[in-house]
Amino acid sequence: MEKLVSLIPLFPLIGFLFITFFGKNLSKNAAGALATAMIGISFILAIPVFTTQLHGAHPVMVKVLDWIHVGSFHVDISFVVDPLSTLYVLFITGVGSLIHLYSIGYMHEDEGFHRFMSYLNLFVFFMLLLVLGDNLLLLFVGWEGVGVCSFMLIGFWYKDHANNDAAKKAFVMNRVGDLGLLLGMALIFIQCGSLRYEDLFINGSGIASLGKYTTLAAILLFIGAMGKSAQFPLHTWLPDAMAGPTPVSALIHAATMVTAGIYLVARCSDLYAMSEIASSVVTWAGVITAILGASIALTQNDIKKVLAYSTVSQLGFMFAALGMGAYTIAVFHVVTHAFFKALLFLGSGSVIHAMGGEQDIRRMGGLKGHMKTTYWTFLVGTIAIAGIFPFAGFFSKDQILAHALENNMPVFILLMLAAAGTAFYMFRMFYLTFHGDFRGTHEQEHHLHESPAVMTLPLIVLAIASTVGGFMGFPHAIGESIHFHHWLDHFLDGTVVLAHSHMSAMTEILLALVAMAIAGGMIYYAYTTYIVKNTMALEDDEIPAGIHRLLWRKYAFDELYENIFRRPVDQLSHGIQHWIEDKALLMMVDGTGSAAKGLGHWMKGWHNGQILTYLIAIVVGLIAILYFI
Amino acid sequence: MQVLPNITIEHYLGLSAVLFCLGLFGMMFRKNAIIIFMCVELMLNAVNLALVAFSKIHGDTDGQIFVFFIMVVAAAEVAVGLAILMMLYRNMHTTDTDQLNSLKG
Repeated sequence: MEKLVSLIPLFPLIGFLFITFFGKNLSKNAAGALATAMIGISFILAIPVFTTQLHGAHPVMVKVLDWIHVGSFHVDISFVVDPLSTLYVLFITGVGSLIHLYSIGYMHEDEGFHRFMSYLNLFVFFMLLLVLGDNLLLLFVGWEGVGVCSFMLIGFWYKDHANNDAAKKAFVMNRVGDLGLLLGMALIFIQCGSLRYEDLFINGSGIASLGKYTTLAAILLFIGAMGKSAQFPLHTWLPDAMAGPTPVSALIHAATMVTAGIYLVARCSDLYAMSEIASSVVTWAGVITAILGASIALTQNDIKKVLAYSTVSQLGFMFAALGMGAYTIAVFHVVTHAFFKALLFLGSGSVIHAMGGEQDIRRMGGLKGHMKTTYWTFLVGTIAIAGIFPFAGFFSKDQILAHALENNMPVFILLMLAAAGTAFYMFRMFYLTFHGDFRGTHEQEHHLHESPAVMTLPLIVLAIASTVGGFMGFPHAIGESIHFHHWLDHFLDGTVVLAHSHMSAMTEILLALVAMAIAGGMIYYAYTTYIVKNTMALEDDEIPAGIHRLLWRKYAFDELYENIFRRPVDQLSHGIQHWIEDKALLMMVDGTGSAAKGLGHWMKGWHNGQILTYLIAIVVGLIAILYFI
Repeated sequence: MQVLPNITIEHYLGLSAVLFCLGLFGMMFRKNAIIIFMCVELMLNAVNLALVAFSKIHGDTDGQIFVFFIMVVAAAEVAVGLAILMMLYRNMHTTDTDQLNSLKG
């Protein structure tokens, strides 16, 4: 059964190659169906592979090809089948195939449809390589591959230069993180002599030889995770990445690629469990990001930007959990987040589709009556992310909070604040979009329509997943008393380090109630502000005051980086261009040319046709030769 | 009784060197092509003289044989060279090398 795993990444690759080389002959529907079917087949193949891990983990390495054998360095293209990787594969292909299906409807009018589908397939291929690789190097290949796909898809509409800038920004910010990952891998290889998970973690002895470098290695790997998963201070690329088509935002920048950082840390959980310092770095980066993202999202007016900052914030929650040793809970949140955030993005795509490209929630309103399916599914997603029982987000977020309460009080308070902010900004967006009166133009109002079935079907499936998905991670304390075990914790046992909770059922229930009460309060506050009082978000030319202004300017990170990094580099480049390239190099290049020219001119004088001159030259030359011999 | 008792190899070589230099400088500094031609012959004969002198000193006839070859080649060269000069004069109406500068680059 495990052997099937090698076929899982193959189908997206076939899809990519086929559509790239023969796609011209296919109609849009055929190309879209092919791309979707390839991911669907991978999903179907992933199910039996997944079930092999259900009755206790037994990791299996499936070797596909020899890759690098240099000296003592052995790395093969080989896949790991264990609970963590199969869980990731299952939700990547599952959510991925739904988003592919959705894209058929969403991108149908686009002239680059075939290109889009082939990129999506390629992305899924690399993502599967990332999670299935049985060594850090193969992970790195996938890691860079998804980065490239992300770059190509953010800049998909390349005729608008702003999109290209956003793509470049994402690529460069990721490069910063990738350097960390690469250095971390080098350090691990030098110290441990292998990059295979089997040698490093499963047999247990590998990473022990890191010795005093343990913390450094963990932090370097985390820098890689920071870049990919948009953690403070490398978070600024993710909101800009919304320049890509909405299915891309759903698949890459919400559900899968950005959670690769969590995968990396969870995969290396043995390493992080050994280093207190690295773990607290992870925790605090996560907490700061969670607060930062949630607070910026309060003032955003672009429907996708709100969701983007919300993703940043939720990723922060996951890292906070990782740092506190709750690796399984972080992975749990990855899965539930993939469901509801993909749902929200696809819902927003449906809204943008209906609005004819408009993304500003100040120009929407009252869409409830026009698009029933989108409305209800979006509501499910919003409730799920706000953390209301029994939707998926409640379980995962509540357990992160519970874990924080047990381990670290300041972290708990800050995460609670972020969670409260989440409930508010999500419902602010929801009310502004779907309730009240329509605020767009007349043509837009006339154009409003529910999206076609290929788009609403994924919404419905994801809404169901967002509703029931939480039950796979039922809280320990409550679960034990009602004999409903934390299935996911059990499932991941043996792959990642487990967190031990000693919280009583009473505390856990109390915490859940408090968290829900706060979320409910924030929802009510949003309701009174935007429905009862009918307050409107500020227009772009109204510059708010005080802290609102700071949020509105997104803490001025972009400006800060602009001043600290971009401008000096720019000036340095200008200096180099002016002094070295234009002056020094040009002088050298031109000098060589004019020297050769001058020499030729001088030599020409000797060829005057006078036999006398030639004879003198011959004699002098002969004498010189005789003399030197 | 020796008629020329004091003639040594140095005298032959000295004469040969003087003749060679006369030929060389004449060739380099005269303008008339015929004179230059004659100077070349002079240089060849200076070399012949040196060869014969060495041949005598070493008691070896190789040098003398070599001289005959040189004389044969020189005779052939004179035939060709004079023919070229004739044609040159017919076409250019001069043997002044200053005028014959159509090889100028």
